[in-house]
Amino acid sequence: MSDVEEAITLAHRDEWARVVAALTRRFGDLDIAEEAAAEAFATAVERWPADGVPPNPGAWLTTTANRKAIDRIRRENKRDDKHREAQMTYDDPPEPVGAIDDDRLRLIFTCCHPALAMEARVALTLRMVGGLTVPEIARAFLVQGATMERRITRAKAKIKAARIPCRMPSADDLPARVSGVLAVLFLVFNEGYLASGPDTDPVRHDLTTEAIRLTRLIRALLPQDGEVAGLLALMLLIEARRPARVSAGGELVPLAEQDRGAWDAELIAEGHRLVRERLAAAAAGVAPGRYQILAAINAVHTSARDIRDTDWSQVLTLYDQLVRLDPSPIIALNRAIAAAELDGPEVALAIVDRLAEALAGYHAYHATRADLLRRLGQSQQSRAAYDRAIELAGNTGETAYLTRRRDQLQ
Amino acid sequence: MQYLVSVIDDKSNPGSTDRRPAISAFNERLIAEGYWVFSGGLADTDAATVIDNRGEQAVFSDGPFVESKEYLAGVWVWEAPDLDVALKLAAEASKVCDRKVEVRPFL
Repeated sequence: MSDVEEAITLAHRDEWARVVAALTRRFGDLDIAEEAAAEAFATAVERWPADGVPPNPGAWLTTTANRKAIDRIRRENKRDDKHREAQMTYDDPPEPVGAIDDDRLRLIFTCCHPALAMEARVALTLRMVGGLTVPEIARAFLVQGATMERRITRAKAKIKAARIPCRMPSADDLPARVSGVLAVLFLVFNEGYLASGPDTDPVRHDLTTEAIRLTRLIRALLPQDGEVAGLLALMLLIEARRPARVSAGGELVPLAEQDRGAWDAELIAEGHRLVRERLAAAAAGVAPGRYQILAAINAVHTSARDIRDTDWSQVLTLYDQLVRLDPSPIIALNRAIAAAELDGPEVALAIVDRLAEALAGYHAYHATRADLLRRLGQSQQSRAAYDRAIELAGNTGETAYLTRRRDQLQ
Repeated sequence: MQYLVSVIDDKSNPGSTDRRPAISAFNERLIAEGYWVFSGGLADTDAATVIDNRGEQAVFSDGPFVESKEYLAGVWVWEAPDLDVALKLAAEASKVCDRKVEVRPFL
């Protein structure tokens, strides 16, 4: 990659959201903001190789995008011009400041508005804040490009028609809104960590990286929010294990069999720091939320040099705490996996079997049962459970792993 | 911007019937704060008549245009600067009238 190409890639990663956010605030219209931002980047691709990279790429892009937006509005001669004309005259584009500004956070909160469907929030956040293209987002979520385009268009239309404001929610709305934002970011991360389709890589590094980047953004703006810290820690500790998670043959490697030397020590250290920060807050009487507890569970796993050193009783205690907050069958299933290590596969199987009705369509339920049955020497039943898990698993790396385990059964 | 706030009742699991004083008090507040445009409760769907005069002659039929468990029990029209304000009021309205409400902007 040439220096200019690299500068453009970097500017796209670092400045896209800020340019879109600044224009959204100024013109009050996501479409105009997005199209003008895209035009500004296209102009950069044309001009920078000849003119050189400007000293402040962010400011250059914002100014260029502003001009493009004004041109577009003039050209289209919109009905509600007066309002916009006034903004164009009196609101000089602000120079981008620092790494993060409130414009970006405002944009995230607009994209994650509770009046939008969850899937629309995810798509819109990746498009407007993450700068991912529609085909990229469609690929990540295994839908047709046209379907994703419709989803995004519909969300933008609702924002306009229902007049969803592009502003930071007030302090008393914030807790309710932040939880939606975090849910969106965790969905993006999970899709990257265990991609759900047969036609995609088992791990989508681009999605996990983007989710972590956006969570860092929220963290910088809401440093006091425990769940933001918890989610960031959780993502970092899961991401740290990524290098050990897929074998050379493309097979998913479960936690117990991973090469722990390949884990990212820096990410683990950062994750552990955040978890310790939250433990201190918990000791001072602040009750932790689910992301903080999940992060603590992952801190226990990443503290063990060997699977045999894992403090399973600590893991189980944390799961008990989590079940009280979130009594979902999926949490109960994960708790059972820890219980198997502490109390044996027979006890765990009894817990798992009680979840049959709720989780009949969930591949991890059948994979867990298959493993427990295998450990109990019930090969025939184990094989049947592997078959069902393979049928339901969408991820190629996971299917490969489950198939091998099944075929090893006597 | 004006929003239509539809009050949705449920035939099999209806909301409580003692809401009138609370709704009146809420309306007073909406008026005082400048959000209130119009409001009204609706008679039961049994009282509805559907008219179709798209053909040769008008056809009158007894009953609502759609038979369902859920039905429109009343409406508000509010003037609010944006959806966030409307949603905040709507959350209160749902509690006040003990029913689900739907918020929809006018064109």
